[in-house]
Amino acid sequence: MTHTATPAAATPPASPAVPPKSRTAERSLARRALARPEIGALVAAVGVYLFFFAVAPTFRQADSFATVLYQASTMGIMALAVSLLMIGGEFDLSAGVAVTSSALAASMLSFQLTTNVWVGVLVALLVSLTVGLINGLLLIKTGLPSFLVTLASFLMLQGANLAITKLLTTNVATDSISDMDGFDQAKSLFASEIDVFGVDVKITVLWWLVFAAIATWVLLRTKFGNWIFAAGGSKESARAVGVPVNLTKIALFMTVGFAAWFVGMHLLFEYNTVQAGEGVGNEFYYIIAAVIGGCLLTGGYGSAIGAVLGAFIFGMVNQGIVYANWNPDWFKFFVGVMLLLATLVNLWVRRQAARR
Amino acid sequence: MDLRLNRHRRAGLAALATAAALLAAGCSSQGGKKAQEADAGLAAGKADTPRMRIAMITHAAPGDTFWDTVRKGAKAAAAKDNVDLVYSSNPNGADQANLIQNAINQKVDGIAVTLAKPDAMKGAIAKAKKAGIPVVAFNAGLDQWKDMSLLEYFGQDENIAGQAFGKHLNEIGAKHDICVIQEQGHVALEARCAGVKKTFKGKTDVLYVNGTDMPSVKSTISAKLKQDSSIDYVVTLGAPFALTAVQSAKDAGDKAKVATFDLNKDLVSAVQSGDVQFAVDQQPYLQGYLSIDSLWLYKNNGNFSGGGEQPVLTGPAFVTKDNVDTIAKFAQKGTR
Repeated sequence: MTHTATPAAATPPASPAVPPKSRTAERSLARRALARPEIGALVAAVGVYLFFFAVAPTFRQADSFATVLYQASTMGIMALAVSLLMIGGEFDLSAGVAVTSSALAASMLSFQLTTNVWVGVLVALLVSLTVGLINGLLLIKTGLPSFLVTLASFLMLQGANLAITKLLTTNVATDSISDMDGFDQAKSLFASEIDVFGVDVKITVLWWLVFAAIATWVLLRTKFGNWIFAAGGSKESARAVGVPVNLTKIALFMTVGFAAWFVGMHLLFEYNTVQAGEGVGNEFYYIIAAVIGGCLLTGGYGSAIGAVLGAFIFGMVNQGIVYANWNPDWFKFFVGVMLLLATLVNLWVRRQAARR
Repeated sequence: MDLRLNRHRRAGLAALATAAALLAAGCSSQGGKKAQEADAGLAAGKADTPRMRIAMITHAAPGDTFWDTVRKGAKAAAAKDNVDLVYSSNPNGADQANLIQNAINQKVDGIAVTLAKPDAMKGAIAKAKKAGIPVVAFNAGLDQWKDMSLLEYFGQDENIAGQAFGKHLNEIGAKHDICVIQEQGHVALEARCAGVKKTFKGKTDVLYVNGTDMPSVKSTISAKLKQDSSIDYVVTLGAPFALTAVQSAKDAGDKAKVATFDLNKDLVSAVQSGDVQFAVDQQPYLQGYLSIDSLWLYKNNGNFSGGGEQPVLTGPAFVTKDNVDTIAKFAQKGTR
């Protein structure tokens, strides 16, 4: 992340501070839709969907679609928070292991102290928010790029995950807490299934969409949303007009912490035990999902809906390759090709839109 | 502009010609693909039972020699039994569970799954059973397959294999070993080292290395050997790491000997040459083969091994200098 004073080439969406009867309102709906950051991701998502619909018969079933949505949702919740952070001009490489840290914290605290699992859940929330806070503070106090700061916290968390787990349980996975008080309640909140027209859909899909709605509202309709765009677009200009840049960035890192906590809780209550070594590498998938969704690596531009579409594309590719029964040796290769194509489509659509 | 294009083209042609000449002149008189093709792979006839589809879902990281052997065994059984084999793998527990869900959506006739992360698989396996799909476990999950009331289990008990390993170290008079774990947080690997620790009368230290980065594995083991000269045995948990450990011992100028869990082609040669003292084999080919074959048999004749009570053990099989020659010819084909 370079913080040059040059604003991003793309124009941020019109700020809600502009009264509604301005020039923006006179532009046609189609033109305005085309200027949204997520339009390219939408085209790419439709393309990927139609592609797998054609090549993999199993992909067409409703239950397969539910599997794809579930895969997309756990990644998507994280990708939402990461996309907000990226619009704010920062990276978080510790996001992948932070999910595991949160799940480990909740599980081990409940088990070791034999408390109701909700105690563990709440402590884990504090732990995750603290990790976000520390990331944010380190960034501001050191002045180092977030890439470096969070790379350090990623490695520290990865080590802590294993060392603390082994210290407390003498194993590398936590003990099962599925028979403890409050587990079933927590499971119904974080990891139950809803019946939608006869198909079991995981509750994370619902949460994902709820969070997406909240994130979109924050970005486009609140003062804080403006601060995010401003802080990511140009830090100095934002400061000059009175945006609390530091506060914004810390809040964004804590948002990632919150998302990591939520996904961590889902993993814990869905799968009962947590392996200390998991989550490594996922941080890149969150970033990729955000980028496919139209976030710029330089900050100041992007959308929450884009991150939803990005995660959805990723889920489709991940499961679609298996449904299509392609040789799994090529799996990562295919994933890479699909992501590249999706990103290129996205870029092309955005260029077309900008040209009008 | 044209001139430049021409020059480029001429350079390209020259490069091509040079490469062709090098290829022609550089034929090897031994080894290579030609020698490999001369060894026929393992194949048999084909059953005339109706076509069925079986999903094999493992926790393997891509590109691991061990899992490649498992897959070869599964493929051989699938070819024989007229089975359409769908192989998929993911080291992450949640993702592996998703792959089981994926197989259920595909309405397969059977599922063979590794239970490295048994708790994570519970929900998905229950769904498979609800859908009436028979499930067998292999390779990992010896303590859990019965609780999940799966049909059969093929594999070895990692802790018992570790204990057998420790006993063998006692027999050959080892004093101090390091147990090298290539993936932090992997339950089966930890169980092996715990088993070694349990029965080995000498001292056992666990050493964590980053298995995805061989140079760092090599230097970490070297550093450990240099730091503590009393170490006389390096115990690795996978064939590629044993071969690296041999290099590490050479680098460190150390007399430490190497022994390992699991085999591959190169490791067999290393046992023959005495670079590696012995290996404990759990016969991955057999695990893959039996998992698929047993599901075929269950569907077509209702048979299953172990009565849902006892596992089918595929190891530990010790490979030492005394018996390595019989195994070598199969290992050359990459099936042991």
